[in-house]
Amino acid sequence: MRLTALLPVRSCLLLVVVSVCVQQVHGVWPLPQQLHQSADRGCLSPQRFSFTYGRDSAAQTGCSVLDAAFKRYFSIIFPDFTKGSGLLMCENQSNRLSVKTGGCDGYPDEDSDESYNLSVSEGQAVLRSVTVWGALRGLESFSQLVYQDDYGSYFINKTEIVDFPRFAFRGLLLDTSRHYLPLHAILKTLDAMAYSKFNVFHWHIVDDPSFPYQSRTFPDLSNKGAFHPFTHIYTQSDVMRVIEHARMRGIRVVPEFDSPGHTQSWGKGQPGLLTPCYKGGVPSGSFGPVDPTIDTTYKFMESLLKEVKFVFPDSYVHLGGDEVSFACWQSNPNVRKFMEKMGFGKDFTKLESFYMESIMNMTAALNRTSIVWQDVFDYHERIPQDTVLEIWKGEKYQAELSRMTQAGHRVLLSAPWYINHISYGQDWRNSYAVQPQNFSGTEEQKKLVIGGEVAMWGEYVDATNLTPRLWPRACAAAERLWSNEEKTLNADLAFPRLEEFRCELLRRGIQAEPLFVGHCKHEYDGL
Amino acid sequence: MAMYCLLKLAPLFLAVAVCNGWLFGDFVGKQKEQDEISLWPLPQKFQSSAVAFKLSPASFQIVHAKQSSAGPSCGLLENAFRRYFEYIFGDLKKPEKSRKKVYDSDLVELQVWVTSADPKCDDFPSLQTDESYELSIDEPSAVLKAANVWGALRGLETFSQLVYEDYYGVNNINKTDISDFPRFAHRGILLDSSRHFLPLKVILANLEAMAMNKFNVFHWHIVDDQSFPYMSRTFPELSQKGAYHPFTHVYTPSDVKMVIEFARMRGIRVIPEFDTPGHTESWGNGQLDLLTPCYSGSSPSGTFGPVNPILNSSYDFMTQFFKEISTVFPDAYIHLGGDEVDFRCWESNPDIQKFMAQQGFGTDYSKLESFYIQRLLDIVAATKKGYMVWQEVFDNGVKLKADTQIHVWKGRPQYQDEMGQVTAAGFRALLSTPWYLNRISYGQDWVNIYKADPQNFTGTDAQKKLVIGGEACLWGEYVDATNLTPRLWPRASAVAERLWSDKSVTDVGNAYNRLVQHRCRMVKRGIPAEPLFVGHCRQEYKGL
Repeated sequence: MRLTALLPVRSCLLLVVVSVCVQQVHGVWPLPQQLHQSADRGCLSPQRFSFTYGRDSAAQTGCSVLDAAFKRYFSIIFPDFTKGSGLLMCENQSNRLSVKTGGCDGYPDEDSDESYNLSVSEGQAVLRSVTVWGALRGLESFSQLVYQDDYGSYFINKTEIVDFPRFAFRGLLLDTSRHYLPLHAILKTLDAMAYSKFNVFHWHIVDDPSFPYQSRTFPDLSNKGAFHPFTHIYTQSDVMRVIEHARMRGIRVVPEFDSPGHTQSWGKGQPGLLTPCYKGGVPSGSFGPVDPTIDTTYKFMESLLKEVKFVFPDSYVHLGGDEVSFACWQSNPNVRKFMEKMGFGKDFTKLESFYMESIMNMTAALNRTSIVWQDVFDYHERIPQDTVLEIWKGEKYQAELSRMTQAGHRVLLSAPWYINHISYGQDWRNSYAVQPQNFSGTEEQKKLVIGGEVAMWGEYVDATNLTPRLWPRACAAAERLWSNEEKTLNADLAFPRLEEFRCELLRRGIQAEPLFVGHCKHEYDGL
Repeated sequence: MAMYCLLKLAPLFLAVAVCNGWLFGDFVGKQKEQDEISLWPLPQKFQSSAVAFKLSPASFQIVHAKQSSAGPSCGLLENAFRRYFEYIFGDLKKPEKSRKKVYDSDLVELQVWVTSADPKCDDFPSLQTDESYELSIDEPSAVLKAANVWGALRGLETFSQLVYEDYYGVNNINKTDISDFPRFAHRGILLDSSRHFLPLKVILANLEAMAMNKFNVFHWHIVDDQSFPYMSRTFPELSQKGAYHPFTHVYTPSDVKMVIEFARMRGIRVIPEFDTPGHTESWGNGQLDLLTPCYSGSSPSGTFGPVNPILNSSYDFMTQFFKEISTVFPDAYIHLGGDEVDFRCWESNPDIQKFMAQQGFGTDYSKLESFYIQRLLDIVAATKKGYMVWQEVFDNGVKLKADTQIHVWKGRPQYQDEMGQVTAAGFRALLSTPWYLNRISYGQDWVNIYKADPQNFTGTDAQKKLVIGGEACLWGEYVDATNLTPRLWPRASAVAERLWSDKSVTDVGNAYNRLVQHRCRMVKRGIPAEPLFVGHCRQEYKGL
């Protein structure tokens, strides 16, 4: 199946004169695997430009993902189209944008082929991809190639791109529990993710401080566990909107329901779920992690995971499993009795493993792949083989990469990309210097690194400061996860391209903060 | 995953908050809704009772008291009445004319009583301005008494902070008596519009936020090495060639006027900084021969250094330029900079070397700097303006007028020592060192900002009195319209309380609870102030 789009572009009569003095080559972020640009440029007229499906394309008009993408990218490429210049001195030239694809109504997944070829030559612009997801990536690159001269005319240089991602999993984590993030903040983040070719939105949707996910099965969870039961929740339709907005941009939505720790807010709407902590032989009134000793816990978790499977189409679910404090379990006589019965002795890591194993098996039975934080592996080597492990602990993550991949697990790296941690100056350079496969291990082991995630934990972040804190800092990891490492290790070389991309983000309405002193042609005009 | 240890801070703050001392007197724990009240900065004297009155948006009014010297012709107050009415009641329309029945428990009006014969409606605030006010909330009328409009503005802000919504969404205010005045007369915010251009809208929004925090000085670091956005009438080429863009990245005379007037309406002074002789790269683009040509070996390298202090033309330029500045900016003070002069370029230039020898300066280039600054000070003094300078000018022993304000910014030597020395020499001092808010780190850095005190140095009472206040600085290397407001607020609020409230107001736990609510109040009023920690606001930020 093939999709071909026609893109009539006209060459400019002034071209010869102008192109000699300008000769700018425009960068793409993240850097494509292969990119050849020449100084020859063609002129694009917003009045005549259109995206069209090719005759031999699998997808035709009616392909939801691409129809919407064409519309979106048209206004991205020609932001002042409405103003209309009318001064263009262009003659007709026929350019072809051709995309080969299939599967317009599905969801992107771990195996999605995101590769594309883009060829912009004199009178011809052809974009080929295997899937619509690849076409989206190619459209993004195409849009970044177009630029305006000082007179406002649009140009694109003769360009050849062969591109594909280095890692299949390029994620960004938002935390909607420590602060509630209004829907529009999430949607805006998805927009910016697409501009940087991120493809997984890891939605850390609930945690200790609040439970904003409105469950169809257990409505009391958000009724009692959200900051506010009406204004600070995500309804089912909110969640669907996020998933669809993400799908349109080739982004997977992987929800995280972290347990058995980080569940304080769950306890409010689900009595009996959390372990009662004891003080001096009597319950103290406070609660600890999920109670792993009683059947009702597992029944509850199974119902919840069934709902999660129903609501979230992605084949992955993040089960958390991090930072379980054992103090409360230790204090509770029933838990101690259970430990004895199971022969765990005093080793509470065994109890945690017991719980996690049950949850992971439950998830596997629902045909879902589990992602868990590294703690689960650190405590317990026997983990279902297809479980994906995520590294978050800062120190010595290379050693952890070695150990995990040696055990044959697929791994995600997040430790060096906790960008909620801020410091003064250009800290994007640290993110950029990360080499996810630079650890001791065989080639086979290296292949088990399926990607990484930028994490924006929510302790100090809400709608007031999320976007400028995320962008363009997250772009550094985006390039590391997409591009060829050898070609992108020099941060000084990347700097001007990133500066330019940051201005482009501003132009597209993303409130991306400055990297350093300077200015953009189109400054942010909000607050 | 998320750092667990950070979460543990929260209960600590809650625990501290329980013992919040005399300031809240009988206020603590009587009524649940009273938790909603969070005054920031905390008034000097404050007494409140559990008796609450309702405020109806349909009938409540802010009016001039009969005895007040200000009336409907006072545009400044009329605007403030409208602004605070909207803050209190949201975007409601103007109150309808008199409702028939007024319930006994209603507060029907706030009478604003300006007591001195001249209310100063059309003046500009100054360093000497009396900002004190008294506020008495009782039925049926609340009375705000102040000597002039500036005190009235501060009182209106406090009044608006006293109003809280109960569980039924009704606006309430408790019977309260407040007598308030600032601890320091100069409470400033520095914004840097040279490293990044700041659109007018951003500046105005921050003036708005400053008024919510009772700041009263906008220190406008308007030009620097990187760009010259100030459009000069006398020397239009300065911005034409020195701004990032001569049309989109400049402040026109009417922009500047608008900033000054917007600030005046909120009782805020605008002090411009034209920093010389260093930090002037961008000046050179539009003013040939102003800067010193640097030499590489025996020939000019093509680069330029600080203002050339050996040419009369430099001083002629400064004379004309500051003549313009002194008329454009009404404030009695101008900030002349004088910091971080790099001597290497002067050293490289043979003409300067010759001049040094002639003057008998030897190789001590700080003497040359002093030579320049002294002439500049004379030029500015001739315009009848007072001046502020960064501490280096004092450190280098430049002869200064007695009323010069020395702005302390360096970390070394310790700012406490510097404050001691400046005041021992009899100069008035301003502190900024601990308040460089452009420097960020992970976590609740407002606590250290809050703990710094400008009078915390060894010195006599007379020396302490020479401390006129301080400024929070947000230098612009990493800041523009995209991130300025959340980076500044509520961190600058910590400075605001230190500079306004009594010295004894230092309880971090109590401050945390009030500041959390104060930040939600700013968010509600449209200022994207970032969160202090985990939690939520009833009305989250709606922008983006």
